[in-house]
Amino acid sequence: MNLNTSYLGFNLKNPVIPSASPLSRDVDTVKKLEDAGASAIVMYSLFEEQIRHEVEEIDHFMDQGTDSFAESQSFFPGGHDFIRGPEAYLKQIRALKEAVDIPIIASLNGSTSGGWTDYAQRIQEAGANALELNIYNPPSKIEETCEQIEDNIVNIFNRVKAQVSIPISLKLGYYFTALPAFAKRLEDAGVDGLALFNRFYQPDIDLEELEVIPNVHLSTPDNLRMPLRWIAVLSSVLKLDLGATTGVHSGQDVIKLMMAGADVAFTCSALLKFGPEHVKTILNEMETWMDEHEYESVEQMKGSMSMKNVSVPEAFMRSNYMKVLNKYK
Amino acid sequence: MKRKMVMIDGNEAAAYVAYKTNEVCAIYPITPSSAMGEWADTWSSVGQKNIWGTVPDIVEMQSEGGAAGAVHGALQAGALTSTFTASQGLLLMLPNMFKIAGELTPTVFHVSARTVATHALSIFGDHSDVMAARSTGFGLLASSNVQEVMDMALIAQASTLEARIPFVHFFDGFRTSSEVQKICQLSDEEISSMIDDDLVFAHRQRGLNPNDPVLRGTAQNPDVFFQARESCNPYYLAAPGIVQKTMDKFAQVVGRKYNLFDYIGDPEAEKVIIVMASGADTVNETVEFLNNQGEKVGAVIVHLYRPFSIEHFVNSLPVSVKKIAVLDRTKEPGAIGEPMYQDVLTALVEQAGKLLAMPKVIGGRYGLSSKEFTPAMVKGIYDELAKDQPKNHFTIGINDDVTNTSLDYDPDYSIHGDDVFRGMFYGLGADGTVGANKNSIKIIGDGTDNFAQGYFVYDSKKSGSMTISHLRFGDDKIKSPYLIGSANFIACHQFVFLETYDVLKSADPGATFLLNSPYPVDEVWDHLSSQIKKQIIVKKLKFYVIDALNVAKKTGMGVRINTIMQTCFFAISGVLPKDEAINKIKEAIKKTYGKKGEEIVQKNFKAVDETVNNLHQVKYLSAGKEAGTGTGIVSKKAPEFVKKVTAKIMSGLGDELPVSAFTADGTWPTATTQWEKRNIASEVPAWEPDICIQCNKCALVCPHGVIRMKVYDNTLLEGAPETFKSTKPRGRDWEPNEVYTLQVAVEDCTGCALCIEACPAKDKTDTKRKAINMVEQLPLREPERANWDFFLSLPEVDRDRVKQNTVKGSQMLQPLFEFSGACAACGETPYVKLVSQLFGDRMIVANATGCSSIYGGNLPTTPWAKNNAGRGPTWSNSLFEDNAEFGFGYRLTIDRQIQFAGELVRKLSEDIGTELADAILNADQSEEAGIFEQRDRVTELFKKLEHLESPAAKQLLTIADNLVKKSVWIMGGDGWAYDIGFGGLDHVLASGRNVNILVMDTEVYSNTGGQASKATPLGSVAKFAAAGKSSNKKDLGMMAMNYGNVYVAQVAMGASDAQTIRAFTEAESYDGPSLIIAYSHCIAHGINMVYGMNQQKLAVDSGHWMLYRYDPRLADEGKNPLKLDSKKPTIDLKDYIYNETRYKMLTKSMPDRAEELLGKAQKAAVKRYETYFQLANAPVKAGD
Repeated sequence: MNLNTSYLGFNLKNPVIPSASPLSRDVDTVKKLEDAGASAIVMYSLFEEQIRHEVEEIDHFMDQGTDSFAESQSFFPGGHDFIRGPEAYLKQIRALKEAVDIPIIASLNGSTSGGWTDYAQRIQEAGANALELNIYNPPSKIEETCEQIEDNIVNIFNRVKAQVSIPISLKLGYYFTALPAFAKRLEDAGVDGLALFNRFYQPDIDLEELEVIPNVHLSTPDNLRMPLRWIAVLSSVLKLDLGATTGVHSGQDVIKLMMAGADVAFTCSALLKFGPEHVKTILNEMETWMDEHEYESVEQMKGSMSMKNVSVPEAFMRSNYMKVLNKYK
Repeated sequence: MKRKMVMIDGNEAAAYVAYKTNEVCAIYPITPSSAMGEWADTWSSVGQKNIWGTVPDIVEMQSEGGAAGAVHGALQAGALTSTFTASQGLLLMLPNMFKIAGELTPTVFHVSARTVATHALSIFGDHSDVMAARSTGFGLLASSNVQEVMDMALIAQASTLEARIPFVHFFDGFRTSSEVQKICQLSDEEISSMIDDDLVFAHRQRGLNPNDPVLRGTAQNPDVFFQARESCNPYYLAAPGIVQKTMDKFAQVVGRKYNLFDYIGDPEAEKVIIVMASGADTVNETVEFLNNQGEKVGAVIVHLYRPFSIEHFVNSLPVSVKKIAVLDRTKEPGAIGEPMYQDVLTALVEQAGKLLAMPKVIGGRYGLSSKEFTPAMVKGIYDELAKDQPKNHFTIGINDDVTNTSLDYDPDYSIHGDDVFRGMFYGLGADGTVGANKNSIKIIGDGTDNFAQGYFVYDSKKSGSMTISHLRFGDDKIKSPYLIGSANFIACHQFVFLETYDVLKSADPGATFLLNSPYPVDEVWDHLSSQIKKQIIVKKLKFYVIDALNVAKKTGMGVRINTIMQTCFFAISGVLPKDEAINKIKEAIKKTYGKKGEEIVQKNFKAVDETVNNLHQVKYLSAGKEAGTGTGIVSKKAPEFVKKVTAKIMSGLGDELPVSAFTADGTWPTATTQWEKRNIASEVPAWEPDICIQCNKCALVCPHGVIRMKVYDNTLLEGAPETFKSTKPRGRDWEPNEVYTLQVAVEDCTGCALCIEACPAKDKTDTKRKAINMVEQLPLREPERANWDFFLSLPEVDRDRVKQNTVKGSQMLQPLFEFSGACAACGETPYVKLVSQLFGDRMIVANATGCSSIYGGNLPTTPWAKNNAGRGPTWSNSLFEDNAEFGFGYRLTIDRQIQFAGELVRKLSEDIGTELADAILNADQSEEAGIFEQRDRVTELFKKLEHLESPAAKQLLTIADNLVKKSVWIMGGDGWAYDIGFGGLDHVLASGRNVNILVMDTEVYSNTGGQASKATPLGSVAKFAAAGKSSNKKDLGMMAMNYGNVYVAQVAMGASDAQTIRAFTEAESYDGPSLIIAYSHCIAHGINMVYGMNQQKLAVDSGHWMLYRYDPRLADEGKNPLKLDSKKPTIDLKDYIYNETRYKMLTKSMPDRAEELLGKAQKAAVKRYETYFQLANAPVKAGD
């Protein structure tokens, strides 16, 4: 059975890729993921804030209160060089490259165009095979328009693209008024692939303390529906590669995505929940299903249920909504 | 060969040579020597090697006594070993020093000479410590300046190996230890060529070795000890010659020539001063000046003070000498004269034949505790010598109007030329002024042929402190080890200083004055006082202004104005051509910030460029509009002493106070911080009565005692200032006619905002608005000053109307510890203040040296206060190492006098009335009400005793006071309790006597700047634990609990304020030793101090810090005495520790080790909880 697929120009042995998560912080875990069958790996994100502020913050606090009082002119030992946020990240890229054979996709996460994008080049030099740009800033300013948001994303991409030759994918949120049009614009700009969608940080409110509290929920298989629909739509109209990044928990989930037109399926929550070995479970489920249904390859099913290939294309769009209502009746 | 020039201070110079020429250093931090050990530790931690190519071991011990013991042992085992210390530290080393010298063991102790505490502690410099080591048998070798420190350190090391006599190499604390100078650095080759490896091998050969066993340290009897003691004489006789020979060799190798006694001045001088250490440079500079003016004076600079070579000394004097003044930087009360004076006299008497006649010799004291020693004073001494009957046993530099020892001199006498740039920079500790100036002298010293000198003066507050940087640059070597008295450049980095200090006092005519002003160039003139304007006009100053804060904000620099003010300095001082200077600043920025990323570099570049655009010269013609002249430094209501003495010190004019201003025994009044309105906060809390739930948590956490609350009769509001706030009090304890006010002392607030974080009450319609919010201070200053005064005029709440063991109730009690100079948001002072609220009117405090003794007792003003009845904590500091014993001594006295007073009351019961006597003797003082009743009875007793004439009555009159319960509190930090004072603490705990011990555990030596203690947690980075501490924090509480009869509590106010208060009240009520270990967040943790209390909570939630109370009284009741007040850890340790730089930095320097230590620490936290849980839940066996 042939699970081969391709993404960002890489021929992959299967479409299951662990997405950006803490799992890639540990070399041994990544080895386990490779052993379990992962065809590539997206590293944890290097955040713009990390590049800009982390070390500055340490410097600030080490500096705090110094040269103010005769007896305590400093509070910390000197002499040590700090591994700056990006350096640690680059070191990890090198370590992973040495440890595993699968492609390493680095992840750069930010929201503004600025000096931090320069690190793309160093990521390439460290040996990353591709780069996933995660550009995310929930719009909260009344004066910020759709065009400005989209321009910003394209600008950041262009800036990064100018510095590297490795393929670049973009991880997007789902709040776009005209996603197909914007995705086309990205394709025209040279984006090699889209990862759909970013799992948003969803804050909660603590009713006792009246405070906003950070809250990260792992995905559930139900979350698959959102990327499933948009991959079905986009794969029908775009040439760039597509991956789904939320709700991928089982082999069946991967198969659904392939049929909708995805090239790869990114999984994270299920691995965090069940461990790196779960990649193997997903692959086994895929093979079992394909065997039972006499599919020979992933290529065979790819896009077979995209919007352009299904009998009722409207099912992915508005009529879908009508159908749901009817069902309730 | 062009020699390497470096900009370093004396500490680094000494440490440099010590590190290169030793294998082991055992140290203990003490100001101002700590930096020597820290340098050595830093070099060792990054693998720097000594001249033999190996990395020395640097070990921190638990005390200087311990360090000396370790040094002694390491030497006896044959390693080249050194240590660094000062003051009390050297005193603690004395016993070992006698041994080390007695065994003829080569070593050099590098000492930044510091005042030994007498009537007061002083961290500053004089020779009282090294003089106390005279009889140890160590050689004493003195350095006068930073270059000499490096040179003499090597000469001492080379000499000791040959002479076998150990040496103290000393230089003046602060003046030389912390003065940055451009000096020539010795190369490894030069150092190696001075150290004879055969002598090193011989030292090793003498080391104890089981392959060639010997025995040292015998006990000897009267028959032989004396003779054996005399056997070392040949070594002492030979030592001066060896040192001179080494100095001669040094001259050959390095090119700088020294002698045991260096004579300077006219070869036919008749008047000669004898002096050693930094004072010698001042004398040297003045002698040159005077002789250029046609005088014929001279001076002898003493390098080798012990062994004192009479021959070398007398030979150094010109035969023409007729009068000699010997200057000692120490005081020996009761002696015929100070030590060097006596040595010189003896030397002359023994060998005067070499001179034309026996000179007239006078001795004098100068420079105690780093008191300035200037050319004017040197001139004054030569003038005195010119008199027929010069004053002997004189003092110089002070006005002794009591015993009239002081010499007159002209303080305005100056010898400086215009060839030296002399700049003074007034800054705030927090604004980076000192750092920027250190950078500037590096730029000039390293980047040009100029010689440079930097010296930095700090005030005694840890928050809102003022710094003055003194910078000199010039073509020639700078020999001016004293503050700049006349400056050609003055920068004032904070406008507010103009209100309090006469910053232009030292400005030369035509000098440049740079002012950081919040007012634009065309308005600033109208905001200056007439005094400032007058000086600008009369002295024709070139006056520049910049709004540095605005530039900083615009360029993303926040509140750090250092780069901006530094750029201004280079732009207008003319030290370097402007463009070259700007380029050099940018180079320095690139060097400093390059690794941090291009953005930070660019941000700083932008700040530099913007500075130039925003720097303006002020054109002034006349005085113009007058600004207010301020309100005087202290209120008219202040006591006379505060007005006459304290106010002078506050104004920076303490040098002008005469001897008669002071008590002879070091006694000072308490309650003086209230008169020092520092106005250091730009933002202060403001109260919103409509939102407030009156929980009083804001007051509890306030480290500075600036938030107060009172409930009082609403009729008292009559005459209240317009903006005075009040509201209905909450709770059933109050009457309908009463009102509640929360008042903030905005002029005393540091603006730390801990109160805002602690406030739980939020506006229901706008949750960011709390019951207390930070607002700009300036607009509130005037109205709130009136409100504060009115608030103080309201009566204090009756102590028996509140539940004192609750947060709410305790905060209604008047704090008797207020407005300390502790760091803003200090984690220690909320505990201290709480104790003062609960027990202040009957407290006697023993305070270990450290942060708490500094914010508690450093002049000019002190925070321990009094209530309206005049009662309050009485306080003293003995030493660092003996605080538990010191406080224990209080207890012994009180207990003895209670006993004796009771006996006398019984004896006099007929005279004083049996009813009163019985009531006094049988009083129940376990609660405060009982104490107050007893106080009334004792007052009654005093009245009766006044009419009695019997000796017993007179005796009782002096001790009856003790019949009212007193509360003994022994306080200090973890350095004291876990390390240096642990032995004493343990003994006092074991004594069973009724003392309360409060350990404010910051888990690091905070006061001396972040050295590891045994309280430092596993994985935390500290000095001497640069790779993260690898061992667990000592469990002091568990150790104390083992005694079974000690009340032990571990508390963290930010985690449980109620548990904290309960622990304090239980500890006080326990009639035996009580130990409270209080988690104290600290600036040394590298945290945002606003969240200090939150970190306390996380420390508890993660299981790092257990909350518990162990009460032996429960065991007496058959219950388990241990109550665990913490829950099972609810968060991972990393979620607590990685909010703190002390842990997080290791993840950036050694990520693998950080992970390993985190794992261990996490396991330790779990295990700790399990252990305590088991203990707290263990069944109590019958009969236990």
